[in-house]
Amino acid sequence: MKKLLLSILSVVFILQLNAQKVYGTKTGQISFNATGEAVKIIGVNNQVDSKFVESTGQIIFGVLIKAFKFENQLMEDHFNENYMESTKFPKADFKGFITNIKEVNFSKNGDYPIVVEGTLTIHGVGNKTVTKGVISVQNGVPVIKGEFAVSLKQYGIKGSYIGDKIASDASIKLNCKY
Amino acid sequence: MNKHFNKFCLTVLLFLFAASVQSQEVDLFNEKEEKTKDIVTAVFKSSRIVNGQSIENVGNGVLDLKILHRFGNISQGAYNLFGLDQASMRIGLDYGVNNRLMIGVGRSTFEKQYDAFFKYKLVQQQTGLKEIPVSISLASTVIYKSLKDDPTAAYLSYVSDKFSFAHQIIIARKFNDYFSLQLTPTLVHYNLVANSTMPNDFKSLGISFRQRITKRLNFTTEYFYSVNKIDGYNDPLTFGLDIETGGHVFQLHVTNATGMTERTFINETAGSWANGDVRFGFNITRAFTLKKPKELRNTKW
Repeated sequence: MKKLLLSILSVVFILQLNAQKVYGTKTGQISFNATGEAVKIIGVNNQVDSKFVESTGQIIFGVLIKAFKFENQLMEDHFNENYMESTKFPKADFKGFITNIKEVNFSKNGDYPIVVEGTLTIHGVGNKTVTKGVISVQNGVPVIKGEFAVSLKQYGIKGSYIGDKIASDASIKLNCKY
Repeated sequence: MNKHFNKFCLTVLLFLFAASVQSQEVDLFNEKEEKTKDIVTAVFKSSRIVNGQSIENVGNGVLDLKILHRFGNISQGAYNLFGLDQASMRIGLDYGVNNRLMIGVGRSTFEKQYDAFFKYKLVQQQTGLKEIPVSISLASTVIYKSLKDDPTAAYLSYVSDKFSFAHQIIIARKFNDYFSLQLTPTLVHYNLVANSTMPNDFKSLGISFRQRITKRLNFTTEYFYSVNKIDGYNDPLTFGLDIETGGHVFQLHVTNATGMTERTFINETAGSWANGDVRFGFNITRAFTLKKPKELRNTKW
């Protein structure tokens, strides 16, 4: 009886080891720069919600548009009201996979280049995207960093200042510590 | 001993099973989204609807220079270029102390008034975690009339006589991106009134709304209904346009009110729409960011 129980126990333990480990954060950072000709337009959001599964590489990001902070209030209001229409589209999100997650060794410190593939939805418009990034593992804690550009036009973001006072492509930086 | 061990093993086993059942088949795409707090912003486009306080504050750490300008009566005709030859103004500085509190000071040409106020966001309209249908703020203004008395007057006033106060509860709701409504119950107190039959306290109700015309153009209306009036004065009614440019909001309007401090425009508006005593006016603001939001302090581009 004892032996039987112990062996079941060890089998379950092994299964347990195989169970999916999910990393998550609610305080990831995403910032963007859409500076056009004159005024600096930089928004920062420190409340990025993200999770990824170690075994499958499945990854999601959720960003509340209103949580972007700007240098002044009016810019924030314009961003929400006139461009992102955040009442209608309160969130932007990304759903996809880290395609080469197997190359990341979460038990060894280091920087691992990754490729992320999936659907980025901003302003209610979803686009398939592929982008590169890095997972830095530091004592078992992964940090995902990435930089990419988003064409405002592709996401249906309109306004007469785009391409003039506002850049037509926003550069985006991501930094999430899980 | 053996029995105890068996029991122990079984319990551990059960726990592990329960845990592994939970952790298997994680599909992040189909996870239920958690509700997040979504505070309604930009109920109005400026911290003043025209003359009166709106539900909006200037942003945290923002210093706002405001110039309120009113011309003379349009009915004066072409000789005075429909009132444009005359001017009355208030210049003021507003500051957002934090996300809820703003303070401001101002000086008006009318009666050489000084005024100082605070406005505090008590409740914010929001959805998500909590459903709150309206925003509520409190505002209090103290007004000091620094105009000197006529030295031949029968009564020379004390300094305290020259103070008056306005206390307001601001209740607003943004129905959608296009329409916001605000109610402003107001109590104005005069330390000194003209004669003993006059009360020192005057109650009124402000009714204002904003209607979007285009993304950068909003139509506003501001009206104060006085419960008790001073003889010879009318309720102020103002129609305005809020024009947003890249850096600031420009407000243009027609109004029968002369003054720009609470007591003056609510209780001492001499002009009447019925007689055509209306005037053009505009408010311009220039914002300076004194304190960057903490999110931006460590960001380098």
